[in-house]
Amino acid sequence: MRAAPHSPLEATSASKWFAGSVVIAYAVLSLIPLVWIFMTSFRTPNDAIAYPPKVITQPSLIGYVNLFTTRSRVGADELAALPPATTWYESLVRDQQMILAGPSRFKDRYINSLAIGFGSTLLSVVLGTLAAYAFSRFRVPAKSDLLFFILSTRMMPPIAIAIPVYLMYRQLGLNDTYTGLILLYTVVNLSLAVWLLQGFMDEIPREYEEAAMVDGYTRWQAFLKVVLPQAATGIATTAIFCLIFAWNEYAFALLLTSGTAQTSPPFIPTIIGEGGLDWPAMAAGTTLFLLPVLVFTVLLRKHLLRGVTFGAIRK
Amino acid sequence: MKPRFFMQWRQPAVAAAVSQEAAGSAPPASALAPAKGHKPVHQGLSDRALAWLFVGPTIVLLLAFNIFPLLWTIYLSFTNFRANKPNAEISWVGISNYQRVLGDEAIWLNMRTTAHFLCWSIVLELLLGFALALLLNRRFRTHSFWSTAILLPMMLAPAVVGTFWKYFFEPQYGIFNYIVSFFGGPEKFTMLGDVNLSPWAIVLVDTWMWTPYVMLILLAGLRSIPPYLYEAAEIDRASEWTKFWRITVPMVMPFIILALLFRSIENFKMFDLVDQLTNGGPGSVTELASIHLKREAFEKWRTGYASALAIILFVAIYGMSLVTVRFLDKVKQR
Repeated sequence: MRAAPHSPLEATSASKWFAGSVVIAYAVLSLIPLVWIFMTSFRTPNDAIAYPPKVITQPSLIGYVNLFTTRSRVGADELAALPPATTWYESLVRDQQMILAGPSRFKDRYINSLAIGFGSTLLSVVLGTLAAYAFSRFRVPAKSDLLFFILSTRMMPPIAIAIPVYLMYRQLGLNDTYTGLILLYTVVNLSLAVWLLQGFMDEIPREYEEAAMVDGYTRWQAFLKVVLPQAATGIATTAIFCLIFAWNEYAFALLLTSGTAQTSPPFIPTIIGEGGLDWPAMAAGTTLFLLPVLVFTVLLRKHLLRGVTFGAIRK
Repeated sequence: MKPRFFMQWRQPAVAAAVSQEAAGSAPPASALAPAKGHKPVHQGLSDRALAWLFVGPTIVLLLAFNIFPLLWTIYLSFTNFRANKPNAEISWVGISNYQRVLGDEAIWLNMRTTAHFLCWSIVLELLLGFALALLLNRRFRTHSFWSTAILLPMMLAPAVVGTFWKYFFEPQYGIFNYIVSFFGGPEKFTMLGDVNLSPWAIVLVDTWMWTPYVMLILLAGLRSIPPYLYEAAEIDRASEWTKFWRITVPMVMPFIILALLFRSIENFKMFDLVDQLTNGGPGSVTELASIHLKREAFEKWRTGYASALAIILFVAIYGMSLVTVRFLDKVKQR
């Protein structure tokens, strides 16, 4: 966004005060739900369902412990007969009249999210970079039709192609596999990657690679050694957008995975089911799930507009 | 429908590069252009082969995972296939699935729910987003920090957002209940269990999530207005009101329509948030078309029927975007 030198909207300091306070009020209000979830993740189950709601509570890590473990309830005398707890989290669990039964599935689901997210991001960025370069530099036949075709794939409701994809995957044995979700997320992200990267590539003067080719580089070498380093920011931006999509995707993950390849978004809501409503554990899972997105938002703030509008509006 | 309107927002640098290229190939070369013109030296693969090699994988993947499934959906929509009975014989039933979808009152109710939800959330998002964009455009101190803070909700996973809002709406101990009763509302305020209120819960959460998105687009619009327009109006002693309606609104209009287009497509497709927040309930008052589709396809396993519904939805979204893009072109020509 270009800064207007002296925008007439940039009026008196009184109006700035007004604008500032309204915007800050909105921002604080809209962040309260996130802050509340973060605070809930450090509450005890009883504090989480206290009414009227408690704002300040004794911080507790029980939500995180419950998130990563499974437990079983034992009687008081049985508990007393046990040898003393060896770890801090074990004693936290014993305070609840329970003993550790084993790890929970959260860590696996989180790792799945990471693996599928990074896998599909890598694929879509590599393929998208190549395609975007071709669209930006070469005379591709029916270029605008092809580009529009690529764009229009985003209009499809995921649910609309979910049925045949489900059937196809069942046939190919891709249901509930990394490969299945990675391929699917790659395809969904390709349209974004091509459109975004083409915009970034268009901004790199083609004289650079022409000069390199005059110096004896082949087109491929010029692409690798001249264009790619120039496009690095654009590629990184695109990668983060693809990662966020794959990280947040729910519909396909819900329909196509059930166990081994399940990602976090369909899993986190099911945390609630374990032994009643364990809101602190759910809040802890949500907090851990949202953390990377928070970091990415800060990293992306300059490019957000381009990414969310498909590069249709270029800054 | 060509991607024309998308191209028009390119940076001027692109246009310059294009015209430069055109100038370079013009017969009487300028003094600076090399005599042999622009043709690069070819080594290795020809550009044409490279172009196919580069674009090929993308096209193949899109065909395999988008067009092929879409055609398959079209095929299935004319059959009575059921995905839970893969070995049963598939028989052709003509357009009867479509007749059943379009003749089903429940579908029309779902469509109406979708339309209501769409209209209200988009109106609220546009109003709030525009107001915020106007305020943020005043560039008070720390405005860039706060604009980033505001953008956070739109980056979250809708399914997870739906889950934690369910906690806020909980009638026994939810914070939303507390706030409502604090301001004189009923003691146990049920939002998600109430037939009249639960659609509004979706509108509320959707507005919370997506107002930042609209704000972002409109802020870009506001910042693209050349300041000289306001300076000229200043000389004419135009009132703030006149400046707003005669300069700001018309100049931002294409951005408003673009925001409208993207939000309507997304809201029409919306599934994750509602699936977690209300799962269509209570009863079916918040059953959006996509939720209904999931039930028909993956719970009742009426695959053919669900495919017909999917195609109808796709056509509706496509038609909606076509109309909006036409309208956008018209606004931009003025």
